[in-house]
Amino acid sequence: MSHVKIVLKTEQVDEIKAICKAFHNDEGELINVLHKVQTFFGYLPAEVQEVIAHELRMSVAKVFGVVTFYSFFTMKPKGRFPISVCMGTACYVRGAEKVLDEFKRHLKIKVGESTPDGKFSLSSLRCVGACGLAPVVMVGEKVYGRVSSEDVKKIVAEYND
Amino acid sequence: MELIKLTIDNKAIEIEKGTTILKAAKQNGINIPTLCYLELKDLKIVNKPGGCRICVVEVEGRRNLAPACVTECQPGMVIHTHSVRVINTRRTVLELILSDHPFDCLICPKNGNCELQTMAQKFGVREIPFQGVQSTYRKDFSPSIIRDIDKCIMCRRCEMMCNEFQTVGALSAINRGFESVVSTAFDQLLEKSVCTYCGQCIAVCPVGALTEADHTSKVIRAIADPTKTVIVQTAPAVRAALGEEFGYAPGTLVTGKMAAALRRLEFDYIFDTDWAADLTIWEEGHELLDRLSRHLAGDKTVKLPILTSCCPAWVKFFEHQFPEMHEIPSTAKSPQQMFGAMAKSYFVEKLGITREEMVVVSIMPCVAKKYESSRPEFAVNDNPDVDFSLTTRELAALIRQSNIDFNNLPDEDFDSPMGSSTGAGVIFGTTGGVIEAACRTAYEVFTKKPLEKIDFKELRGLDGIRSATIDFDGLPINIGIAHGLGNARKLLEEVKAGKSKFHAIEIMACPGGCINGGGQPLHHGDSEVIKARWRAIYEEDANKPLRKSHENPDIIKLYEEYLGKPLGEKAHHLLHTHYFDRRTDIVIDLEK
Amino acid sequence: MAKYKYHILICGGTGCRASESDQIHKQFDIILEEKSLEEDIQVIQTGCFGFCEKGPIVKIMPDNTFYTQVKPSDCLEIIEEHIIKGRSVNRLLYEDPETKKHVEDSKHMGFYKKQLRVALRNCGFINPEDINEYLANDGYLALANVLEQKNPMAVIETLKKSGLRGRGGGGFPTGLKWEFAAKNKGDQKYVVCNADEGDPGAFMDRSILEGDPHTVIEAMVINGYAIGSTMGLVYIRAEYPLAIQRLKIALDQALEYGFLGDDILGSGFNFNIDIRYGAGAFVCGEETALIHSMEGNRGEPTFKPPFPAESGYKGQPTNVNNVETYANIPVILNKGWEWFSSIGTEKSKGTKVFALAGKVNNVGLIEVPMGTTLREIIFEIGGGIKDGKEFKAVQTGGPSGGCLTQKHLDTPIDYDNLLASGSMMGSGGMIVMDEDDCMVAIAKFYLEFTVEESCGKCSPCRIGNMRLFEILEKICAGNGTREDLDQLRNLGNVIKDASLCGLGQTSPNPVLSTIDNFWDEYVAHVDDKKCPAGVCRDLKRYEIVPEACVGCTVCARNCPVNCIEGERKQVHFIQQDLCIKCGACYDKCKFNAIIIK
Repeated sequence: MSHVKIVLKTEQVDEIKAICKAFHNDEGELINVLHKVQTFFGYLPAEVQEVIAHELRMSVAKVFGVVTFYSFFTMKPKGRFPISVCMGTACYVRGAEKVLDEFKRHLKIKVGESTPDGKFSLSSLRCVGACGLAPVVMVGEKVYGRVSSEDVKKIVAEYND
Repeated sequence: MELIKLTIDNKAIEIEKGTTILKAAKQNGINIPTLCYLELKDLKIVNKPGGCRICVVEVEGRRNLAPACVTECQPGMVIHTHSVRVINTRRTVLELILSDHPFDCLICPKNGNCELQTMAQKFGVREIPFQGVQSTYRKDFSPSIIRDIDKCIMCRRCEMMCNEFQTVGALSAINRGFESVVSTAFDQLLEKSVCTYCGQCIAVCPVGALTEADHTSKVIRAIADPTKTVIVQTAPAVRAALGEEFGYAPGTLVTGKMAAALRRLEFDYIFDTDWAADLTIWEEGHELLDRLSRHLAGDKTVKLPILTSCCPAWVKFFEHQFPEMHEIPSTAKSPQQMFGAMAKSYFVEKLGITREEMVVVSIMPCVAKKYESSRPEFAVNDNPDVDFSLTTRELAALIRQSNIDFNNLPDEDFDSPMGSSTGAGVIFGTTGGVIEAACRTAYEVFTKKPLEKIDFKELRGLDGIRSATIDFDGLPINIGIAHGLGNARKLLEEVKAGKSKFHAIEIMACPGGCINGGGQPLHHGDSEVIKARWRAIYEEDANKPLRKSHENPDIIKLYEEYLGKPLGEKAHHLLHTHYFDRRTDIVIDLEK
Repeated sequence: MAKYKYHILICGGTGCRASESDQIHKQFDIILEEKSLEEDIQVIQTGCFGFCEKGPIVKIMPDNTFYTQVKPSDCLEIIEEHIIKGRSVNRLLYEDPETKKHVEDSKHMGFYKKQLRVALRNCGFINPEDINEYLANDGYLALANVLEQKNPMAVIETLKKSGLRGRGGGGFPTGLKWEFAAKNKGDQKYVVCNADEGDPGAFMDRSILEGDPHTVIEAMVINGYAIGSTMGLVYIRAEYPLAIQRLKIALDQALEYGFLGDDILGSGFNFNIDIRYGAGAFVCGEETALIHSMEGNRGEPTFKPPFPAESGYKGQPTNVNNVETYANIPVILNKGWEWFSSIGTEKSKGTKVFALAGKVNNVGLIEVPMGTTLREIIFEIGGGIKDGKEFKAVQTGGPSGGCLTQKHLDTPIDYDNLLASGSMMGSGGMIVMDEDDCMVAIAKFYLEFTVEESCGKCSPCRIGNMRLFEILEKICAGNGTREDLDQLRNLGNVIKDASLCGLGQTSPNPVLSTIDNFWDEYVAHVDDKKCPAGVCRDLKRYEIVPEACVGCTVCARNCPVNCIEGERKQVHFIQQDLCIKCGACYDKCKFNAIIIK
């Protein structure tokens, strides 16, 4: 795994510390802490995990073990417009795989990657619970229903400045 | 004790309530195979995640097979440990594990000593019916430990040792599903982690995922170099375990054969770390007395308790975890390093050669000693005091490759002047030994009276944390002992909180002390092995004509001829060290 | 709800909100204000109506008029026509697919006729953000009675007699579970609501929390009183922002009204509820894994016993129930166990919520009595198969379940029948498949999910499922052999037999059940290297039928890799070695000149 070292600003470290403190620096609250920090930071780079481990007085290895266990946590920054294609069963049987393939082709990235300009990132997710609209695509918070591979270009174009 | 009745393999048995199927079977002569399970009862070490699923058995009336290691016996259970269903499942599970394991057994460091290999042999596996992806990771070479986690089978033993028992936290399970493996934070090099190199991960690893850095070929080359004088020192715990590698029962002392084998390997001088252990007691014992008397005289700057410092893993542990307490441990170097320092000063002078012309090899029950010998403060002009540190296992390998018939060797002696030792030096090899050796000397020096009873039985044992009060002729001295870093942490937290009642604490990183070091022959989960070594150490001590360090004539001569007095200027320069704050944030491995 | 003449109910579930139900709400408010009707007509955002296929849904009460696929631009017409003139807007009414007639009253819609809503009773009827509406519908009545009677064991007794079984998957009797937790001693027992709905294609828990959060809160407090716990935790998926938001509102209101907190309803009983977030791990639906996750650890399951009822969260006795299970409890206590146990089959009482999805006409969330047949669900409630295609299979129980076929259509659904058919109830996902679905590819799809979601702790699940998946990949790529089919069976059974937790023990079900029920399809992949459904890319070949091709060039123009050649008005030709089998030509051809071979 490769990492590019980033330097945290003092304010950022203070914010992480404040989040940990809000959870009483309790090791048992690790997942809640990670949720909050990821909301604040966008992702969970190694340096951030080190600060959390230090504050909660636990090993960095264990924090990393937890971060890599849960698919919700990410160590890579997402694109400005994160695209998620639902690959739940309902969407799958209604052609979600084709839609995902088309996004991959169109953006020239794989699932889990971001475009070089950091604009879009692509992920697949399991069921947002809008099975009536299958197949479903989310860009940020916005939900697109009954998407076909032909719609892909159109959806991406909506986010062109 | 409540007994319950059940049937295993058509045999009606009675067993204590709460017993697992695995133990019930074992008590009745049935050995159910296990892989992830590990229990060292006397050391309170248990690993049973129920993960490998090799030990599954059939319990009539249950839908699924039951893992024998964690399933408790219930009254009336009818258990089959080798039905067709069980055998087929067990074999398939083993084949699955093998399908994600490299097939390089022939050149694996664990070849012949691997629990997975033994199992494949036992099951008669002749082909792996599954082809598919195999996990691949980069290999990690640290000064002491090599991680080849392609071979990891997720038994989680190392993770348990590193976290629950040692509380070091260098390792954790990472990722999920097929990708999951035990590794370090951010999957970075061990060298950049908080690892203490205690090597307990190696001691429990059933496969070749964790092994020691192998320095045998470097030693062979040094011996073959005519410009070098190569001397060897052997740690106390080695003689109590080396025999196991050659088929002797655990606990067989092979001191004489070991010396003979080293001579056959053509080392120039065969010396003993026990000699340096006696020297350590002179320094550390006097340091204890010095702090004690200043404390009694009302000196408030004195730090007590004094902590022993001969275990390199323990030293690295407090440098990472308790750096603010760096003034508490004794400044005395470990016996290995005292030996190295004396060899490359006192002994090279005697021989009339330069330190560069001498190579010091140590045989240690330990992998952290490799790291210790590489610490820059233990070198002069980049020439280390100890050049190479081998484990007991590496010595055995060296003996085997040199075609030496170990079992038929005569008993031989160590060479002079760094080969003589007292019983006090020997017991350094087990938990409680260092502090007992220190007490034997400190008592006589402090009270100026001879000890009536040399054995301090109250300091011996295998409980993780022990304490005793020794009467120094009216002055009660409180002694604490911890082995295993998790236990050490508990005592340190007390010291940190100012609640410790102890004057001196002995700490060893490995459970049981050096007899169960990370470099010893593998115990494969049998704590009887460790207990046998433990008894052997005290047996060697009891058989020694001299049993107190301050009576070692060669050490007395060393001070007279060379060092002056304990804690004197020369002794301080050569035999004492200082500690570092290693609490720096982890440096992330820059890899593009 | 007396003073208003009309109530306009708008579905505010995630699905309908994705299709602008928020805008519809706003639009109604604006129009009503303009027309000064806000005194007479109340607009309420409710939870899910269940009929997601036709969302967004707007329902006018008391007429029970059910408008489907409403757009913000339709609001004016609904007000002017329906509210003011009293005439339904026909074009927005549901059209019965058989009779082609508009259905005015939702009671007469095929989708609702066979349903019996117990757990979903309030979803789509009340405003989930207003505790008063819950109270108006017998809300917190059960709790008040329980606290007044002061007999915790009687509550457990009622549940045991009712025959309620856990709705999260395993179907363990709820009353018995409570009894264990009640009997075990602990300093601080815990009540945990499992809302980590991870089954891809099931969303009943989310809908209940979005549509009727108070029922879950009420049941948890009752649970706490019954087992002697003062602390509740809801473990909810972080991917459910709306459910979280509504749950938080409901918790605040319950606290304010004295249904939570200290001295609840003056009884001296204290109970608090905290929220814990899941972080995307299907295995955390397993209760021991869920507990480890709540403790801040990797969500790995541990061997049972000890059960959570003995040693759970923080080592204390802990009772874990799923959202739908909780939603049943206040009703059971209000209406009595006799009523509940009169619904359903011999061993499975009450109703079950299913998320009906896939190739059916009426996708949505439904609730039916146990014992309803698959045929009733798929063809009556679900309105049959989409686009007039042939029914092929229905997958129940999510990744842990199996695929059932034509021959199972008339089996009454309950826990035991599903298990006997090689599937399971699971959380209640129900995915319908038609002739265009390849069952080998479906099995592969589920295995891919399991491989991703396996925690990695035990070897059969960690490695075994990967190998199963790889064998299926091999078969789908046309490289499978008969030995592979044997291996699928053997390996599947070993994984079932030897895995540590429920995830591994059920993960081969999609493979084993499709092998059992669609053996010929597997054989076609292996022996003939053909995918009968034309799904598996490597086994299909697009060809142009010269007789049918008119040379319109549409296919060539749409081919992303330019592998179709041919002059205008001439027969076209596909270069097979370049074809990536995307199917674009097949979809675009208006002359049925392209066939899959």
